[in-house]
Amino acid sequence: MKRLRNVGKHINLLLGGAILVFFLVMMTVSFFYTPYGVEEMDIPNKLQSPSAAHLLGTDEFGRDIFSRMMKGTQTAFFVGIVAVGIGLVVGTIVGGISGYLGGWVDEIIMRVIDALMAFPGIILALMLVAVFGSGMWNTAIALGLMAIPGIARIARSGFLQTKEQDFVLAAKAMGIKPITIMFRHILPNVSSPLIVAASIAFAVAILAEAGLSYLGLGVQPPDPSWGRMLKDSQPYLVSAPWYTYAPGVAITLVVLGFYMLSNAISEISDPRMRD
Amino acid sequence: MQNVFKKLVPITIFFALFLVISACSTGDSDKNKDGSSSQEINIRVNNDPDFLDPHMAEASITFQMLLNIFDGLMVGDTDGSLKPALAKDYSISDDGLTYTFTIRDNVKFHNGDPLTTEDIMYSFERLMGKGSGKPLTSNFDNIASLEAPDDKTFVITLKEPNSAFLSYLTAQDSAILPKSNDGKHNEEPIGTGPFKYQSYSPQNNLVLVKNKDYWKEGLPYLDKVTFTFQPDDQTALMSLQAGEMDFVSVGAHRVPEVENNFKLEYQNSNATLLVGFNEAREPFNDTRVRQAINYAINKDDIIEAVFSGYATKIGSNMSPAMGAFYEEGLEKMYDHDVEKAKNLLSEAGYPDGFETTISISSHAAMYTDVAQIVVENLKEIGIKAKIEVVEWGIWLDRIYKGRDYDMTIIDFTGKLSPYETIKRYQSEDSGNLVHFSNNEYDELMKNVLLETDENRQIEMYHRAQEILAEEAAAAFIADYQIIWAMNPKMEGYKLYPYFFHDLSEVKLVD
Amino acid sequence: MAYFIRRLFLLFITLVLVSLITFAVFQIIPGDPIRIMLGPEADETQIETLEKELGLDQPLHIQYVDWVGGAITGDFGKSIRFSRPVSDLIYDRIPITFSLAVLSVILVVIIAIPLGIYVAKKPNSLMDYALSTVTQVGMAIPSFWLGMLLILYLGMTFSFFQISGYVPWSESILGALGTLILPALTIAIPQIAVSFRYIRTSVLEQMQRDYVRTARSKGMREGSLMYRHVLRNAMIPILTVFGLIFAEVVAGTIIVEQVFGLPGLGSLLITAISYRDFPLVQGIVMYITLIVVFINFIIDILYSIIDPRIRL
Repeated sequence: MKRLRNVGKHINLLLGGAILVFFLVMMTVSFFYTPYGVEEMDIPNKLQSPSAAHLLGTDEFGRDIFSRMMKGTQTAFFVGIVAVGIGLVVGTIVGGISGYLGGWVDEIIMRVIDALMAFPGIILALMLVAVFGSGMWNTAIALGLMAIPGIARIARSGFLQTKEQDFVLAAKAMGIKPITIMFRHILPNVSSPLIVAASIAFAVAILAEAGLSYLGLGVQPPDPSWGRMLKDSQPYLVSAPWYTYAPGVAITLVVLGFYMLSNAISEISDPRMRD
Repeated sequence: MQNVFKKLVPITIFFALFLVISACSTGDSDKNKDGSSSQEINIRVNNDPDFLDPHMAEASITFQMLLNIFDGLMVGDTDGSLKPALAKDYSISDDGLTYTFTIRDNVKFHNGDPLTTEDIMYSFERLMGKGSGKPLTSNFDNIASLEAPDDKTFVITLKEPNSAFLSYLTAQDSAILPKSNDGKHNEEPIGTGPFKYQSYSPQNNLVLVKNKDYWKEGLPYLDKVTFTFQPDDQTALMSLQAGEMDFVSVGAHRVPEVENNFKLEYQNSNATLLVGFNEAREPFNDTRVRQAINYAINKDDIIEAVFSGYATKIGSNMSPAMGAFYEEGLEKMYDHDVEKAKNLLSEAGYPDGFETTISISSHAAMYTDVAQIVVENLKEIGIKAKIEVVEWGIWLDRIYKGRDYDMTIIDFTGKLSPYETIKRYQSEDSGNLVHFSNNEYDELMKNVLLETDENRQIEMYHRAQEILAEEAAAAFIADYQIIWAMNPKMEGYKLYPYFFHDLSEVKLVD
Repeated sequence: MAYFIRRLFLLFITLVLVSLITFAVFQIIPGDPIRIMLGPEADETQIETLEKELGLDQPLHIQYVDWVGGAITGDFGKSIRFSRPVSDLIYDRIPITFSLAVLSVILVVIIAIPLGIYVAKKPNSLMDYALSTVTQVGMAIPSFWLGMLLILYLGMTFSFFQISGYVPWSESILGALGTLILPALTIAIPQIAVSFRYIRTSVLEQMQRDYVRTARSKGMREGSLMYRHVLRNAMIPILTVFGLIFAEVVAGTIIVEQVFGLPGLGSLLITAISYRDFPLVQGIVMYITLIVVFINFIIDILYSIIDPRIRL
């Protein structure tokens, strides 16, 4: 019992980590090996149920669902990394400037961020995809822009709290350049909420890609994307349930992994969350 | 501390119970499942009408519904032939310039006013933009004069003969509207059809009720028709199964789920699904390249994978639904043949293929499905094609209007008139998406309008289709079927070679 | 008072910025509303006539100025797609989206609060870990897929649920619930995880405070301790979360309405964007923003009433 509790205490870290490691391994393997070519069609053998030949069955073109799911990990992580990268870099800079400088700069930036946050995210993504076009890169960029306001807000409050601390004031007094203070001194101190935010943004990006795919946008074939597979599997929900469960469970697990990881990080950095 | 929880537990349990109980106590009363006495049906439609005003409306999905409200002088029959509707009779002068219509007696608009030649005159003048300077169509640019010599006769005189003219006189192109309703056609549409407009709630439904004074005695049978707008196919099918809908289109791959419990009708949609090339661009300006692609694309695979076999292979921009006008045999011209395709490609100077992009719209899964197969097919002859998916609005703007694309996939809906169906391949036509240009074709299409003999017209249309196939104006794939699943009690539904839910003779029978 | 006025002013500024962002997006977004509506078979003559009639031949900035002019006097113009006044279209949808949002929030409240308090009293129990894992799974499922699965497994099994469309409350209360519960549940499930966690943490934090220990040592009954003190103090952070959740719920209605064929504001907005219906998009975006910003405003105000120190 005690041991179980100990496992429970770290369940977010253990389970979340395990899930992510599993998918990272799958992604790495998929660069070198998939059981079948991801675009290889075999129309006479479409919509086969899982078997030894096709572990997760085949889709409406007779393509191997397992191979496509493996390859889909690459797309998911690509979209996540690009989106989070954009969100994190731009968000931290904008939020950092806003928090550190304060005054009217802060006021203007915060108003724009408020306005962007009042916009439902999916609508913003929809409009951005309409402007940029769909596809893997464009979707990732649109989702990255979508992540900026949230991360900027977190960065701002971190910078706002930290800038009054003694070591910052001391650095200022020593005449160190504001840029150096911001990134050398303050940033490391606000990194843990930012990592938590990035981890959540990753999860949100994968979910948002699925949402865009449902509306027919998002990552486009033949790039194998879980969101797209989920949409394509809708018509076969009843007749070929394995088709919809494969990408559905994959998305759910990876998103869960990132949520759990974000919780684990915030628990570690703020032990009050879990005692 | 425990007792707080004890107080909260009942709330949670109560709610859970409430859910379960209410789930079991069926709220069937409002679901119209009995159907024995009430002649009311609920039809699923994918999308809202573009306009309720039939002169403004263009989308075929709109007319699917609106043709129950409005009539034209003529109407297209189930076999595609034209029959008089509000006209009792008509005659065409020998020079093909004067069309004389005798108007049916005792026709009343839904507001009770009798139909007069004044209303007919008004309807045509409105379409032509006479007085307003705002023409709503170019179909009637060819009209020299409109006359109503007495209150039962209407005469249209043309500037030059046009063998397709009669087909513009159906409710799709020239519904007859009451003059008294001017300015309100879109808000409170009034027509002469079997059903009257009752209400329209955007993105929800369009409700029609029985027209008791319909000019066809004894019709219609139904008291009320509700067109429910439902964009999601999956949800639509499930609401059919749950008894909420009586009439739904189902994807071909869903047939096994519904065939036992519902009545199915298979309709040739008279659509042309095609892979188009931008023939103003290299390398598609070379006929051999286009032919090579035609040989490379495996139409049977597409029909099998995308339509589960429920589609008819075609060889030009016409479907067998067009009857005598359709030229048989063209669909065999480019049987899947990778070797021939490679040779043609080499002859054209692309032995190693080339790179290209297929730009398609995101609004229907069909396009992406077809595109993925085409990409695989083209790979076999060395052509590397990339798929670019854009929104429907962008497709229309950039690809359709702007012609900024290499390859695309689209389906064109068929028209009643063979001329309207294939006119877009004339060099100067504004709808010539693929930039097809062929002198013989242009000549043929110009002359066929002047031709009064129907047999000669048929020959000319056959030749036109041959040209489209030989010159590989596009890779014509298939006319896909629309599969309707309906409440087994529904009887009297007729299939037309165009989009029309004809409900005038439909009834629910136990 | 100055604080309220400042907040109101900021609210107004946010609205102006949102309308400018929408305008800016429409300035660069390709696509022509009339063409989208009429499709590829449209007659060029008709397209021209309609564009002239609807004033779409004017450049967008003129359309925007016209729109602002109208909006000031309360006239939000006419939808291009539906040729009806934008305000009529929005008012028709409000009851649906509002019912859906409120029902979702109710579901979140009645499920997350008891669960949160329950595990806060037994921190680090197996139940605690199990619930936190399970609720997180709810957050991780793509909402449209969750909706589909709910339709398939609940909607198709119990005829109480109507799978698509909407029955107004005035027509039948049970009917309305039948159309709304499944979509509300779809929206609520991911939010339950978020609020459950916050409630747990903030209740837990209060319970470790000195005053709780003191009260307990003085023999105060657990029940009244919980209600009078712990929950009250825990309410402040919980309230903030519900502000955020309401915004999330409003956003969640967009895709979920699409799945369940509910003719609400969200599905209207998606249609309006895909049809490039500028006046309609502006109208709905303004409206949704107003609600979201307003809720946050109310919460800020409540906040400052509960804890007067928080006045910036």
